[in-house]
Amino acid sequence: MSRYIERAENTARLLDVNLQLMLDFEGMDDAALTTHWQPIIACSGQLELFKSLYSSSDSHSVQEFMTFNRENPNSILSCINTARENARMVRDQISGEMWEVINGTYHRLRNWDTQSVLDSGAYEFYEDLKNDALLFQGLTDSTFTHDQGYKFIQIGKYLERADQTSRIIDIKYHMLLPDPDDVGGAVDLAQWMAVLRSCSAFEAYHHRYVDEVQPWYVAEFLTLSPTFPRSIRFCVSTLDYHLRSISSTAGGQFTNSAEQQSGRMRSELIYTTIDEIFTEGLHEYLDRLQLRLIDLNSAIFETYVQQPEIDIGREIEQQHQQQQLILAGG
Amino acid sequence: MFEKYQTEGFFDEMFASDGQPRPHYQRLLERFERLDRDEFERKRAAVDLSFMRQGITFTVYNDDQGTERIFPFDLVPRIIPQSEWQYLTRGLEQRITALNLFVKDIYSDQRIIKEGIIPAPYILGARHFRREFMGFRVPKDIYIHICGTDLIRGADGQYLVLEDNARCPSGVSYMLENRQALKRAFPNFFSRMSVLPVKDYASELLKVLRHIAPHDKERPTVAVLTPGVYNSAYFEHCFLARQMGVEIVEGRDLIVRDFKVYMRTTKGLHQVDVIYRRIDDDFLDPCVFRPDSLLGVPGIINAYRAGNISLANSIGTGIADDKVIYYFVPRMIKFYLGEDPILPNVETYLASEEKDKTYILENLEKLVVKSANEAGGYGMLMGPYASKEEIEKFRVMIEEDPRNFIAQPPISLSRHPTFTGEAFEGRHIDFRPYVLYGDKVSIVPGGLTRVALRKGSLVVNSSQGGGSKDTWVLAGDE
Repeated sequence: MSRYIERAENTARLLDVNLQLMLDFEGMDDAALTTHWQPIIACSGQLELFKSLYSSSDSHSVQEFMTFNRENPNSILSCINTARENARMVRDQISGEMWEVINGTYHRLRNWDTQSVLDSGAYEFYEDLKNDALLFQGLTDSTFTHDQGYKFIQIGKYLERADQTSRIIDIKYHMLLPDPDDVGGAVDLAQWMAVLRSCSAFEAYHHRYVDEVQPWYVAEFLTLSPTFPRSIRFCVSTLDYHLRSISSTAGGQFTNSAEQQSGRMRSELIYTTIDEIFTEGLHEYLDRLQLRLIDLNSAIFETYVQQPEIDIGREIEQQHQQQQLILAGG
Repeated sequence: MFEKYQTEGFFDEMFASDGQPRPHYQRLLERFERLDRDEFERKRAAVDLSFMRQGITFTVYNDDQGTERIFPFDLVPRIIPQSEWQYLTRGLEQRITALNLFVKDIYSDQRIIKEGIIPAPYILGARHFRREFMGFRVPKDIYIHICGTDLIRGADGQYLVLEDNARCPSGVSYMLENRQALKRAFPNFFSRMSVLPVKDYASELLKVLRHIAPHDKERPTVAVLTPGVYNSAYFEHCFLARQMGVEIVEGRDLIVRDFKVYMRTTKGLHQVDVIYRRIDDDFLDPCVFRPDSLLGVPGIINAYRAGNISLANSIGTGIADDKVIYYFVPRMIKFYLGEDPILPNVETYLASEEKDKTYILENLEKLVVKSANEAGGYGMLMGPYASKEEIEKFRVMIEEDPRNFIAQPPISLSRHPTFTGEAFEGRHIDFRPYVLYGDKVSIVPGGLTRVALRKGSLVVNSSQGGGSKDTWVLAGDE
């Protein structure tokens, strides 16, 4: 539930920022549009699907694909729908307010389509979506008991956020610059600023680094900042904290493979420098990180969520036998 | 907005036949007359939106987009004055007491058969009679813990019992949510009009469920058993579980070990003592009833027989919903309680009685024919509105299986002013109060008033164009 809401929020922000970014570039032709949008689809991992459904990558098709398309499991509508179905399953446990926000968002979203969003101004549309997601997080914090369920919600949220931040940084890898000489040029910097904005990190970055936007620092800030709440390090640390608090395991120890993996990642993020990351290659590093987040997710699922299915056939047989025993016993 | 309102010769809940408002509607009417249409429309839209947001909706089938609709809700409440409510309460108490004695009797001594009050074949051949539970005693001898009795009023305003729902009556969440919605829309009405609250329903229900715990267990664990998220009443199951503060479970969350029922939780197995089940008998246990049922819990019947789990309602209460058995309820009341029925039945003919059958077949176009075990307005012939083909179809069906049919004269249901989008017009209504039977009978002052929104229609079922209203029981008579 919380993973999908976090994902929807990130997608909304990403689309919003990139629609605005386009306003800075005049007269983009088809090729330029494709160069602009394809990295964004690629970072969501759905480029193949997109290409099979649409012939061109313009603002309309990309927005539709990433906002309303039900075949795209990562579209905002799909995410909100999944979050809502999950919320329905635990409807008796979450607060009424939490449910109403998810449900309300879903119904509002159903009233829109791509054209109406483009016509009436995408800014407000995506702003509302982000606000709903934040409202949900706020309500979780203030109307929901902070026990096990809450911790799982936080784990889901931070796991997703770590993944999303890594993907947003990685967009820069996919974005080709018009000319190799443009590295460090106006377009390059505009793109890096868009990356920061997509993580709501523009102002926080400037508090930390007084200078102009530098690619090197942006990557460092979004990956390794110990205090910015969307940096990968912050997300992994926080989820590690919640994970250990479920089993009351002290830091520096682990009691299951989920804790082992999250603890290791956390330590590595603390003791890694941005120089080392660039030596390995930013893209390669992020790629590896995403794979480990997936492994961590499976480990958490195996440790806590998965319950062995009941074998109905065997149950029936067993109950029949018990009944026979009674009958035989008179 | 009531200037042009006409009662058109029907019994109208708000206006007497001379056009004067009845005293218990007087104050409401004064308030409504001060509303203009725009304000009313705004309040209506706000209420609809709030139902939508809360997810009090049903899914429109045959629509792959999963379109959801709310059940239409009419803002004009139905009002019952206190003296009328007391009459209804007495009648309903009498009825559920007799029905419980009846169910107990037919699963034990069968005195009612032996003494010739009800012919044996009607009971032994009833579809929902569970012969395998003969001689089985349930805690406190209560079989029907929750009963939704459908009441209507005819042309003279007399209340009549239309049917009893002694299996899994639904709709109580609407009673509670409708009240909530109306309170938000008209916050100032309630204190001035001294409307009795309905909010205690869930705690009353929980009391009943605890009362029937096996071995008088002190702090029993109660759970609501639902067929699942995709059931159209899932909202209600969840709603009641949350209001009572108990777990909601599906069949696969439960497991039976050593004749005890356990809930599977993240912290291991936890024994359950009482289950408010919203699953019909047939689907409860794939070992006993339908082997293809994936909704149920293998072995739950073993546990039930061993006396380790209580079910509300008990197994086998469906017989009281049989419309042929309904015919005999006034006689049951006389037989078990030695009293005359306070709330009369609708006049009913049994197709399996030779004399009645002849009458039914000769008058099909004038009668309403119902199958004994269908609900929701299905399996029904409305003679006066039916086509020749339909009538002939029912004629054949009645001849083939007379035990499965009853007939009643059509009742001209009472009407209530209802907003049509333009103005207020009279629409036919019925009423389902919810009767709880624990250490005593308790009926929350209110219920679900259903309204047939289509002009002239008598069908109030939500699946067929029905809506609902809030129902106010007043502390006094005005």
